[in-house]
Amino acid sequence: MADVSLRGVCKAFGDTQAVDGLTLSIKDGEFVVLLGPTGAGKTTTLRLVAGLERPDSGSIVIGGRDVTKLEPASRDVAFVFQQYSLYPHLTVAENLAFPLRSPARKWSEAEIKSRVLEVAKLVRIDHKLESRSTRLSGGEMQRVAIGRALVRKPAIYLMDEPLSSLDAKLRGDLRLELKRIQAELGSTMLYVTHDQIEAMTMADRIGILAESRLAQIGTPREIYTEPANLHVAARLGQPAINLLPADLLPEGAAPTGTKTIGARTEHLTIRKAANGPADGTVDWVEHLGDQNHLHLKVGNRRLVTLTDPDTLFDKGDRVTVRLKSPLYFDGAGNRIAE
Amino acid sequence: MSAAAHSVVEPSTTSKRAAATLVIVYALISMIPLFWIFATSFKTPPDSIAYPPKIVFTPSIEGYCNLFTTRTRQTPEYINSLPPATSFCDETTRKRNMVIAGPSNFLPRFVNSLIIAFGSTFCAVFLGTLAAYGFSRFRVPLADDLLFFILSTRFMPPIAVAIPIYLMYRELGLSDTALGMILLYTAVNVSLAVWLLKGFIDEIPREYEEAAMIDGYTRLQAFRKVVLPQATTGIAATAIFCLIFAWNEYAFASLLTSGTAQTAPPFIPTIIGEGGQDWPAVAAGTTVFLVPILVFTILLRKQLLRGITFGAVRK
Repeated sequence: MADVSLRGVCKAFGDTQAVDGLTLSIKDGEFVVLLGPTGAGKTTTLRLVAGLERPDSGSIVIGGRDVTKLEPASRDVAFVFQQYSLYPHLTVAENLAFPLRSPARKWSEAEIKSRVLEVAKLVRIDHKLESRSTRLSGGEMQRVAIGRALVRKPAIYLMDEPLSSLDAKLRGDLRLELKRIQAELGSTMLYVTHDQIEAMTMADRIGILAESRLAQIGTPREIYTEPANLHVAARLGQPAINLLPADLLPEGAAPTGTKTIGARTEHLTIRKAANGPADGTVDWVEHLGDQNHLHLKVGNRRLVTLTDPDTLFDKGDRVTVRLKSPLYFDGAGNRIAE
Repeated sequence: MSAAAHSVVEPSTTSKRAAATLVIVYALISMIPLFWIFATSFKTPPDSIAYPPKIVFTPSIEGYCNLFTTRTRQTPEYINSLPPATSFCDETTRKRNMVIAGPSNFLPRFVNSLIIAFGSTFCAVFLGTLAAYGFSRFRVPLADDLLFFILSTRFMPPIAVAIPIYLMYRELGLSDTALGMILLYTAVNVSLAVWLLKGFIDEIPREYEEAAMIDGYTRLQAFRKVVLPQATTGIAATAIFCLIFAWNEYAFASLLTSGTAQTAPPFIPTIIGEGGQDWPAVAAGTTVFLVPILVFTILLRKQLLRGITFGAVRK
C-alpha cells in the first residue's frame, strides 16, 4: 500500500476533454470515492492511474515513484472492471490465480494455491473454486472479480463501478462486504461510482467530478453539509435538494448576493396552516414504505421532502413552510459560507 | 445472441418433417457425385466404363493398386517365370499381362499437397490473427483503406495474375517449389483470414486484455493467455476455409508446379492407364484426396459450427 497522487492530469479524446487538470492525493489506507454523472471523467481517471491511458499532461505518482510513463504491469495496481471482469475460459480458481501466475511474479504453485484459497474465503466464493466462471451468478462473478484484485497486495485498488450491474439487494450486501474487507486489509482504494449511497457509506473522502473537473473533495459529511456549489449539492441527498429562488419563501437571514437557496428535508419546517396564512399546499404524498416523500407546491415551484411513514399530511392540505439555516448560493452557483 | 430480437414460434411437426425431408433429399443429391467417385474407385477398369453403368459390381482394389504403382507390360512367358505373386496388387497386375515396376508419383504429390496446404494455412492464419488483432485493437492509420486494400487482393480471378506470377516465380527460382506455393496460397488466404478474424477478435471485449495487463502481463502475454483462447472458434473456422482453398486449388498449381512440388489436384488427371483413362485409379486418387479435409473438418466440427455464425461469440 502507498500514497497515490495525481498532479494536474489532463486527458482528451479527440475534441472531448475527459479529464481536465485533475489534482488528487490519496493517502495510504484511504478509501476515496469519485462520484459523478456519466461522462464526468470518473472511469478515465481510473484508467489513467492504471496506465490504460496516458495523460496528455500532468503526472501520476504511486508510492513516491513517478509512473506517468510506465506500463500498467509495472505500476503495481489492481483493477476491478464494471463488467466482463472474469476470463470466460478459466475456472474460478484459475481466474483468482491469474495475476499470481504472471511471468513477472515468481510464485510457486503451492503459494498460489494457498493464497487463492485464502482470498476465495475472504470473498466467500471458496465453495465454487472449480466452477467455470461463466456458470456463476452476477454476484458471484463480481465477488470473484474483487477477489482477483485482492490476491495481490498492490499499491492501490482501482474499482470502476464494480457493483453497478448487480441488483439492489446484492449491491447492498457486497457494499458492506467490500467496506469490511477494505477496513480489514487497510487497503488504499480509489472507487468510482454514480451511486451516492455507495459513496456516502464507504468513502473516507468523496471527490465530486463534474464536467471533467474535480468540483470538491472532502469527507462525506463535509460534502453533504458544506457543498462547494450547486452541482455538488445536487449530487447528494435523497430526495434531491430543493433549489429555490431566494425570494420564494420569507427568509430574513440570507446573506447579500444570494441567488438560490438550497433546502433539504432538514432545512425545512413544515406545519399545517390551521386557518392563518399559508405558503403552499400538499400536492402529493408518495408512500415508499419505510418513509414518505412529501411533494409540496409553493408558488409555482415544487418541493420534495422526506416525512414520517405515519405522516399527518394529506393531499390538498395548506401548509406553512419555514427555512432552517439552509444553504445559500450566489449567482455563479457557488455556496456562500456563513 | 439475443432471442428477444424477434419472437420465435416452435415450428409444427409437419413443417419440421417437411424441412427434414428437404434437407435429406438435398444432401442425397449432393452426395451422388461423391458416391459415384467412391464406387468407381472400387470397380475394375472394364466395370468402370461398362454401359449401362453398373450399380452392383464385385468390388476390387485394382484402382488403388494402379494409383500407387507404375506398371510395365510383359510377355506371358516372362510373367510365368516369376516367383508367385506376393500381394493382391501383384496378382491383379499379372492377370493384365503387366508387372509392377515401382511406386507411382501419387504419394509424393499427396505429401506435397499436405505440406503446401497445411503450411500455407498455418502461415495465413498466423499472420491473419496478428494483423486482425492489430486492426482490432490499435489505432492503425488509414485502417479502413488498408482493410479494403487487403480485401481487394481477392477481387481478380487468379488466372488474371497467373502469367505475371509465373514470370516472377521463374525469375526468383520459386517455380515448382513448395516454398513458392506456400507463399502464394498464404498471400491469397491472408486477406480472407484478416477479415474473418477481425470480426471474431472485435467481439472479444478489450477489458480482458486490460485486466491481464494490469495483472502483470505484457500485451503479447495477454494476447496469448486471454485473447487466443477466446478466439479459437474463429481461428478454427478461418483455418478450415483457408485449408479448403489451398487443398483444392488447381489453376496456380497446374501452372507453377510440374515436378518435385506438384500437388495432387493437377496430378490426379494425369493418371493414365494403358488404352485410355484409368477411371478407377483416378477415382481412387480423388477418394484418398478427400480424406485429409474430411478428417480436419470433423476434428474441428464443434468449433466450426459455432464459428460459422460469424462473430456470434458467446458473451
